[in-house]
Amino acid sequence: MADGSIGLWTVPLAVFGGAIRVSTPFLFVSLGECITERSGRINLGLEGTLVMGAMSAYGISYLSGSPWLGVLAAGVTGALLGALHAGICSLPRVNDIAVGIALMLFGTGLAFYLGKPLIEPTAPRLPAIDFGWWSDIPQVRAALRINVMFLIGVALAPILYWAFRTTRWGLLIRTVGESSDAARAMGHSVLLIRLRATMVGGFLAGIGGSFLSLFYPGSWNEGLSSGQGITAVALVIFARWDPMLCLWASLAFGGAAALGPALQSVGVTSGYHLFNAAPYILTLAIMIITCSPKRTLTGAPAELSITR
Amino acid sequence: MIIGEIPPPSGAFGVDALAMTMRFGDFLALDNVDLKVRPGSFHALLGENGAGKSTLVKCIMGYYHATEGDILIGGRQQAIGNPKDAHALGLGMVYQHFTLVPAMTVAENLVLARDDVPAVVDWSKEKKELEAFLARMPFKVPLNAKVSDISAGERQKCEILKQLYLKRRFLILDEPTSVLTPAEADEVLGMLRDMVVKGELTILMITHKFREVMAFADEVTILRRGKLAGQGKVAELTPDAMARTMIGAEQLTVQPPRAGETGQARLELAKVRALDDAGAIAVHDVSLTVRAGEIVGIAGVSGNGQRQLVEVLAGQRNPESGEIRVAGDPYHARREEMRRHKMSLLPEEPLKNACVGGMSVADNIAFREFDRAPFASLGWWLNRGAFRDDARKKIAQYKIKTRTPETPISALSGGNVQRAVLARELGGDVEVLIAANPCFGLDFAAVAQIHAEIMAARNRGAAVLLVSEDLDELLELSDRLVVMFHGEFVYEARTSEADLTVVGRHMAGH
Repeated sequence: MADGSIGLWTVPLAVFGGAIRVSTPFLFVSLGECITERSGRINLGLEGTLVMGAMSAYGISYLSGSPWLGVLAAGVTGALLGALHAGICSLPRVNDIAVGIALMLFGTGLAFYLGKPLIEPTAPRLPAIDFGWWSDIPQVRAALRINVMFLIGVALAPILYWAFRTTRWGLLIRTVGESSDAARAMGHSVLLIRLRATMVGGFLAGIGGSFLSLFYPGSWNEGLSSGQGITAVALVIFARWDPMLCLWASLAFGGAAALGPALQSVGVTSGYHLFNAAPYILTLAIMIITCSPKRTLTGAPAELSITR
Repeated sequence: MIIGEIPPPSGAFGVDALAMTMRFGDFLALDNVDLKVRPGSFHALLGENGAGKSTLVKCIMGYYHATEGDILIGGRQQAIGNPKDAHALGLGMVYQHFTLVPAMTVAENLVLARDDVPAVVDWSKEKKELEAFLARMPFKVPLNAKVSDISAGERQKCEILKQLYLKRRFLILDEPTSVLTPAEADEVLGMLRDMVVKGELTILMITHKFREVMAFADEVTILRRGKLAGQGKVAELTPDAMARTMIGAEQLTVQPPRAGETGQARLELAKVRALDDAGAIAVHDVSLTVRAGEIVGIAGVSGNGQRQLVEVLAGQRNPESGEIRVAGDPYHARREEMRRHKMSLLPEEPLKNACVGGMSVADNIAFREFDRAPFASLGWWLNRGAFRDDARKKIAQYKIKTRTPETPISALSGGNVQRAVLARELGGDVEVLIAANPCFGLDFAAVAQIHAEIMAARNRGAAVLLVSEDLDELLELSDRLVVMFHGEFVYEARTSEADLTVVGRHMAGH
């Protein structure tokens, strides 16, 4: 009997598979937000970007038949929303947080409006790679069916880590985020660099959204996002603006989110909703442990409106 | 039409700014000013705050576009549209505020400053080139250290090295020594002077320290209220003559002579320890006693824990351990304790630390007493008339320049904000006064007034703790001098017996 043969191992396996599935959108949004915040702006509108990305990816995938075109469309939509955020924030006396909240509502509202006709049809989905071919156990095979987007995201984290140190763009983004005075004294346009950083951030967040509609859960509806966009912004803070830590934080959060369903699958049904709250409890716990009223956040870009 | 020849391709060149006028709306910041800096010279630009020095050099660097006037670089007229144009011509500027990125390493900062940063930086190659460059330079900096971890003196050296690394041949320095000890200042300026003498560099230095002008500059240009007030060879001028040219006919407040006896201990610190924002120890178990009728000066280069110490005394930061007593009673920086012991505070950056910028001058002046009679009835009903009357009186007494008592205090100039704080803090009886860099960035008239007020408070029997980065100010005012380095008090002497070189050595940690 295949099901009984692994017994309680079902739980860690399900958590593992779930972690990968759930963490992918977190990973993309948090890496995108990491780039934006490193340039000295917070884009809270990424929740709206995520939903818009999911909707446009689903629509384009359905119309063109290619899920990858859908992913691209999601990225472009995200970049445009990022440009809108950066554009409004370039005006004097505009607060990036307030603009972000407005764009969060705008993005989700627009996506629901434009996405109405997309609830019925089925769009082509993104592929996954079967790493579990060697095993006969269905649970192992299920857990090791890893989607391509996750692999791209995992590769992106070290690339960003490297790019922040050794590329001109990485150094410029950090300069603008740490000291806009210094950047201005060197003759760089702070607003232009932030515009680009916010657009790249939006691009990645849009792609994160495409994963929701094209892989897991893999359909378009209004309840698609359960606040992943906004949670990813918080992930960046407790990942201390480090792309590698964003990767680990996304995985930990994804794993915690997969705990509830995994326990349910082995028959632990009491406290189901409590287990579903695990990621948020984890976030709170980490925030409380790592923060101190006496210290400023280490690694926080000095130009961020929350640290200044 | 373009006047003049193409400037020489290497070595020092001169800059002439001719008939410069700069208007900001109705305000005339520069009025027909001429500045002629000869090639291969060390030129000082003197003037009070608001005299137009910064405006003038910012016009040269392309930050501002002068309303009228011409700029000649190496004798040839140039249109400088933005700082990048100025950089391309070989002009560089070291700002009063650091332009290094604190969270990055020295090497990253240097490479980043180049106009041709490669798309992908080959760090091993860049580090080799930087080391080769540093080997040719008169002063050294640690390449791999984060800028936030090095001292203010090293940062200033980095700023200057950055300009030399970028092959600038005309360097503008904006108060370059304000964060350095006298010895460090001499070292840095001496080395720059050597480069000037060799013909590699021309220097234009904004400063207010006559000592440095006399020791290092060849020529001087003096501005007053946006106009050219005088210029000439330093060798033919005296500090007194320069000061008179700077101030003009304005009457300065006369400081009362030191008088009165030293009394009982009023402010006592015992092993006070405090952390900085990053959680590191900033104030390391310091102990100090300040008596009635004396001024104790705390000297030190900025960033050695003075700010945190003052924040503890002001109640802006909790001490980690140790004890503070005022007139023998334990002190926790509560409002009630401050009132009981008649404590006054003049923190640095008064607009940020002692005022609410959006509230009126009258409200700001009333902060200490606003919930007491005559300002309030029953502790909650505020009497606006009393606020206004008190403010009017103090505005006249302390010569605060404000349009009305209801003007938001953030609309006032730095000197007038500090005068308003002075009116609030020193308007009544004072038994303990804590002042931190009270004259930073203020003009002569304000400085003279503040110094006179502090001395008068001391003569009336107040215990004064004066924290300052300006050694001249401390030598002038304090009875006793303490040097703070890395959070500890490393040296103490009676000011009359203090040896300047010994003080400077301790400030640098030797």
